[in-house]
Amino acid sequence: MRDYVYQRPIVLGLLLSAATAALLLTGMLAGSTGLDDWHALAALLGLAPPEADSPMMAQIVWQIRMPRSIGAWLAGALLGLAGALAQAVFRNPLADPYLLGSASGASLGVCLALVALDGSLVHMHWLARLGLTGAAFVGAMLAVAMTAALASGMAQTLRLLLAGVVVAVVLGAATSLVLQMYPHLLQSMQGFMLGSTAFVGWDSCALMLAALLPGLALAMVLGRWLDGLALGEQTAASLGLPVRPMRWLLIITLALATGAAVAHTGLIAFVGLAAPHITRRMVRWGSRHGVLLASLMGGLLLVAADLLARVVIAPRELPVGVLTALIGGAYLLWLMRRHHHRGGVS
Amino acid sequence: MKPAGPIALQVTGLHVALSGTPVLHDVNVSIPRGRWISMVGPNGAGKSTLLSAMAGLLPVQGRIELEGEDLHAMPAAQRARQLAWMGQSEAVGDELSALDVALLGRLPHQSWLSGWDANDYAQAEQALRSMHAWQWRDRYVGTLSGGERQRVLLARALAVQAPVLLLDEPLANLDPPHQADCLQLVRALVAQGRTVVSVLHEITMALQADDMVVMAQGRIAHHGPCADAQTHRAVEQVFDQRLAIHALAGQWVALPSNM
Repeated sequence: MRDYVYQRPIVLGLLLSAATAALLLTGMLAGSTGLDDWHALAALLGLAPPEADSPMMAQIVWQIRMPRSIGAWLAGALLGLAGALAQAVFRNPLADPYLLGSASGASLGVCLALVALDGSLVHMHWLARLGLTGAAFVGAMLAVAMTAALASGMAQTLRLLLAGVVVAVVLGAATSLVLQMYPHLLQSMQGFMLGSTAFVGWDSCALMLAALLPGLALAMVLGRWLDGLALGEQTAASLGLPVRPMRWLLIITLALATGAAVAHTGLIAFVGLAAPHITRRMVRWGSRHGVLLASLMGGLLLVAADLLARVVIAPRELPVGVLTALIGGAYLLWLMRRHHHRGGVS
Repeated sequence: MKPAGPIALQVTGLHVALSGTPVLHDVNVSIPRGRWISMVGPNGAGKSTLLSAMAGLLPVQGRIELEGEDLHAMPAAQRARQLAWMGQSEAVGDELSALDVALLGRLPHQSWLSGWDANDYAQAEQALRSMHAWQWRDRYVGTLSGGERQRVLLARALAVQAPVLLLDEPLANLDPPHQADCLQLVRALVAQGRTVVSVLHEITMALQADDMVVMAQGRIAHHGPCADAQTHRAVEQVFDQRLAIHALAGQWVALPSNM
């Protein structure tokens, strides 16, 4: 008797990749007027004769829709990776990558950068946008460093969790204070707080990819050690694992992955929590393949949510963070209910 | 007690403090190779702390030697291959299958990038089978009962294939038949030349070992053969004469003294 659907991780990996490819292709068609003609896209990809309006279509697809969809996938993949790492570090299958205060740190970073630049997100020069991204990233990293300092290191899970909550509350209050002083920034900040993939360009994609690849590689190399950590720190140490340096390395990777995603797409809730969790239910878990699959799952979830956000009330758009929060919240409630009724692990 | 044969673990002048509170005071003990030693004593006597210290998991003052080598100077992987430890209330890894947990016992034998090989699977399977846990190999450990989990954790410790095993409350949550199986397995391991040190609360079970270390208030009160009358008196003394050891049907049994 098994507790999971797929014995072979590669089957799930291929299914996730195929579903992602299909959604990315659909994402190329999804515009402000709903779904475009398949023929136009086929022409663009060289699969059909070119059409009269293809140059404009090419511009829209290559410069707006494609980086946006791929950016959504990258941000989701980063959050999925960060979630899998957070759940391993905190030894809790419901741990979230934002637990270390990175989200509130990124928010404060963006808020302060907006004060310095005195700009809005919409008409911002790319250099200023890069500065904003950098501010979010630095804010996320500083928040994690503050959490670690407050917890006197990374050794104790409970202290780390409590420190993360304290840092999140304090930095959240600081952001509110800044917004009270500069109320004209409220609208720009709202775009960030609600989470959006609308402004993701190729430069953002490159930066997110640069964070994803080494993060994934490291997590996969440390995969067996992550599983060892699941048995508790003393047991892991008795098995010869360097527990303390490993925790530092994992938390730095987790902060980098979260910071890179949040800096480009704002606060997108639940993807980091749900992606590894859904993956665990589908395949025999092992961290080496688990982090990769959780990352693929995170990418798929965010591409799907982004697509839905673009078409569900077209020509208007829902902020993707609102959509993930609504769907993710419902999913979490369902999990809790199931956990309550079964009295077992979820 | 001074053992005549080769020594597996030698503890000399050991002091351990937990969160600043001294727990072990000048502990000296020799664990002979190829013997089963049970550790007993009232709650808070320092048994689990001594076992963790002997596994190299705690900062200590004093010296611990494993097969004549300084335990704390030994590379972590080498120490882990020679010495398997199973803690009391050990975390289980609820999201891992029973087979994966047993396989983690093979971590000390692995390099960074290598995967499990056929030998790792064979050892994990053998360990699970010896604990009658092979039938749940594909189940998540979080869905198993307390006793079933305990058997998976024991399998994890066995899969290390270490010459020295340190087991803290290995019989916890096990039903009587599986307790008997476990003790029989320990006997078989010792017959193969392995050394087993186990903390046990069930004194009757502990009396089935070869030797007994009796602890009280962070010190070793007595160390001697389980069949020795002096050992029995030491056990009765550390439990304030609230239990008495009797011979019953060819084995030693600890009963409450007011019975």
